[in-house]
Amino acid sequence: MSLSVALFYAFAAFTVVTAAGVAFSRNIVYSAFSLMGTLFGVAALYVFLAADFVAAAQVLVYIGGILVLILFAVMLTHRIADVQVSNRSVGRLPALVLVAGVALVMGRAVLRTAWPVAPALAEAPSTYAVGNQLLGPYVLPFELASFVLLSVLVGAIVVSRKELRSGRD
Amino acid sequence: MEGIGLTHFLVVGLVVFALGLYTVLTRRNAIGILMGIELILNAANINYVAFGRYAGVAADGQVFAIFVIMLAAAEAVIGLAVVLGIYQNFESIDVEATDALRY
Amino acid sequence: MEITEVGYLRWIPLLPLVGAAVNGVAGAVIQRRLGKRAISVLAVTPVLLAFALSVQTFLDLRALAPEQRFLLDRVMPWLHVGTLVADIAFWVDPLACVMLLVVTGVGGLIHVYSTGYMHEDASYWRFFAFLNLFTFAMLTLVLGDSLLLMFVGWEGVGLCSYALIGFWWREHVNTTAGNKAFIVNRIGDFGFLLGILLLFWSTDAAGHGSVVFRELQEHASVLAGQTLWGVPVVVLVTLLLFVGATGKSAQIPLYVWLPDAMQGPTPVSALIHAATMVTAGVYMIARLHFLYALAPATLAVVAGIGAATALLAATIGLVQNDIKRVLAYSTVSQLGYMFVAMGVGAWSAGIFHLMTHAFFKACLFLGAGSVIHGLGGEQDMRRMGGLRTRMPVTFWTFLVATLAIAGAPLTAGFFSKDEILWKAFSSPHGSALLWLVGVAVAGLTACYMFRQLFLTFFGESRADHEVLHHAHESPPSMAVPLVLLAAGSLLAGFVGLPQALGGANRFEAWLAPVFAHGHAAVAHAASHGPHEVELELTLMAVAIGVAITGFLVAFVLYQRRSVPVAALADVLGGIPYRVLLNKYYVDELYQAVFVRGTLLLSRLGAWIDATIIDGVVDGSARLTALAARLNRLFDDYVVDALVNFCANRTYDVGLRLRRVQTGGINAYLYVIVGTVAFVLIARLM
Repeated sequence: MSLSVALFYAFAAFTVVTAAGVAFSRNIVYSAFSLMGTLFGVAALYVFLAADFVAAAQVLVYIGGILVLILFAVMLTHRIADVQVSNRSVGRLPALVLVAGVALVMGRAVLRTAWPVAPALAEAPSTYAVGNQLLGPYVLPFELASFVLLSVLVGAIVVSRKELRSGRD
Repeated sequence: MEGIGLTHFLVVGLVVFALGLYTVLTRRNAIGILMGIELILNAANINYVAFGRYAGVAADGQVFAIFVIMLAAAEAVIGLAVVLGIYQNFESIDVEATDALRY
Repeated sequence: MEITEVGYLRWIPLLPLVGAAVNGVAGAVIQRRLGKRAISVLAVTPVLLAFALSVQTFLDLRALAPEQRFLLDRVMPWLHVGTLVADIAFWVDPLACVMLLVVTGVGGLIHVYSTGYMHEDASYWRFFAFLNLFTFAMLTLVLGDSLLLMFVGWEGVGLCSYALIGFWWREHVNTTAGNKAFIVNRIGDFGFLLGILLLFWSTDAAGHGSVVFRELQEHASVLAGQTLWGVPVVVLVTLLLFVGATGKSAQIPLYVWLPDAMQGPTPVSALIHAATMVTAGVYMIARLHFLYALAPATLAVVAGIGAATALLAATIGLVQNDIKRVLAYSTVSQLGYMFVAMGVGAWSAGIFHLMTHAFFKACLFLGAGSVIHGLGGEQDMRRMGGLRTRMPVTFWTFLVATLAIAGAPLTAGFFSKDEILWKAFSSPHGSALLWLVGVAVAGLTACYMFRQLFLTFFGESRADHEVLHHAHESPPSMAVPLVLLAAGSLLAGFVGLPQALGGANRFEAWLAPVFAHGHAAVAHAASHGPHEVELELTLMAVAIGVAITGFLVAFVLYQRRSVPVAALADVLGGIPYRVLLNKYYVDELYQAVFVRGTLLLSRLGAWIDATIIDGVVDGSARLTALAARLNRLFDDYVVDALVNFCANRTYDVGLRLRRVQTGGINAYLYVIVGTVAFVLIARLM
């Protein structure tokens, strides 16, 4: 087994384990940090798939933005002094059954299907290609995305602002 | 990389997806549920990129992944704003407690 | 027949009508402004003018040849319905001429008398309005050329009779008497109307439908063969018409109204219930003699009823104490005589008696009125007496009239009554029995009339002292008519002087053309051989003898007082006396049977209406209400239950379904994921 394969398996395992940590952790903060691990792992997998820009975006946006936000939210919604932040889970058995069922089905689909595989391209930095695509065929979604972000911004302010006012009354 | 095929990545994505689904279903903490959703989205991203790379349209796959990331961020923002609002009204973010819209 | 058309006949009835209209409409005002004299002039003048025109008619007729003595005055078209043609037209033949002279002459005298008699009455104008109206109606009856026009007059006199009987309407007894007269008359009129209808129908069936007298006379033979329900039509028609005559002329069974009619003022009794209205029945039979000649059965009925009525009334009159009641029953009795004459086919004899009766009966009634007036209203003969000296004119005229009615020789009554008796005996339709009854009645008549005379005028006065003090003779307005009528009672008979006594009987000759036309199925006793004359004179003598007997009985009982009357009343336990005094209890019988019966029927009808008919109506209303209630129940318990059931089930389902909304996010997530998983598994398996 070559180094890259071993590394792959290692990162894959890391991703899965941290994901399990998110799922099964009792403490929400532990879950949050596990999530960070998962996101890192996913970023590594992106690299393995020669999607370096996406990996960078993942780290910057997901970990640097979203995760931080989640952590803020966790901190804001718990009493600081309270160590045992509750993160209990309920109804584990039905969920397990359901998830297992879905996973099984999907696993069958994944493993049974003969995926048509194209020959690998030359490994090159993907930024150029992505940029081309973004401002080419996908320019409309790209522009619309900015609208979405704008409305999200406004909406978030509106939602939280309302809450605040009503909270003060 | 020899020996690492599409399937491997798909399996990883599947596992993460399953775990994310499990998180969504079992968590009582609202933020926990959001985290589960993030897992699911990431699993989907892996699939996108993997499929893009192995079908010869790598750039497309990555563009999709970019979009997903972006939308995940947006959704996280809103969701967390709502969670904060819930926390302010109910003094708790236990989803079992926020059952005012019941029958 | 040749008919002469003239234009003045209409004025004979119309002049009194004008007087009635003026007095009726403006009488109260005229009386107030111009006094009673103006009313008198307005009322009496038309009648006297009508009398003058009647005399003119008589002269005009005399100028014509006997077979052509018809005057016709067409006034206006009236009824033209299908084959029925009846116009307003007045005609005069010798018969009508006699009636005209009687009605206008005697009527005129009574009008003059009334100006004195009614002088104190406040409703003076109303009296004369009705009296004129009556005269108009009576003249229409006499002059009408068709049965329908005659019927108009027939009803009209009935109406005026009712109005005048109840003239002093403030007393209940007067209005009751008026009602009785009108109602009983109505019963008779119903029969009369049926007779007219049947007559028209039958003649029409044979193609000659008519109600005009001269046309009926021409085509009377078409009725000969017709029968209805097995009875000859002619008999039915004449019987029905005779029913009308019994009502109008107060014969059995419809005579009961006439004695009660004495409640009216005495001039009314004189005019209507003695001289004119009550003779309408006799006139009608004379008019339709050609029909009666075809129906011997009816003639027998007429004669029989006439005789029975004459006898019945005479016996009742024997014991009555009211001066007018006696005269009333006397009228009924004399009318019976007239019907006997008609019943044996002695048409002109009946009319002759009608004429003489008008004179002496009017004289008697007016004399009684004079007595009542002089005594200040006293009518009971037991409180009269000795008036001979105080009221001489009244006495002498009353005496003359009494002699006439009793049939004293050479008075008018003698000749007319005698002719009836003779014809009753000798006519093919007559019989000795009829004659016997007639003679008996003559005797009774003499008896009760002289009884009346003696009680009223002779002997010691039994009147109240005050009343006697004021007793006085009547004024000239009343006395002069009395004298004229008394003269008529004496002299009028000579026109009918029978051949047996050497006279020419010009009366019969005058009427002969009328009765000779058409079927003369009744053979006038034309033969006057010596054997017949002897028989007639013998019968005459017998009648005179019986009359004298009657006079003597009265003389002995009431003048000489040889036999106490009270003892006579106690004969046979007083029962005959009481029966006679109570008029054979006929009124009571009618009351019990007919009046009670009708009231019972009406009560039955009312019961049916209230219980059955109203019950049906109420019942249907209740049924409807019940149906409505049932409807309501159905609506409440069935329809509403259904609707409520649907609503409730929907609510229940909703109640259960909404439990899905747990509010818990976990559950929702499960649903979402579960659904997706399901689809996925279903698709990918």
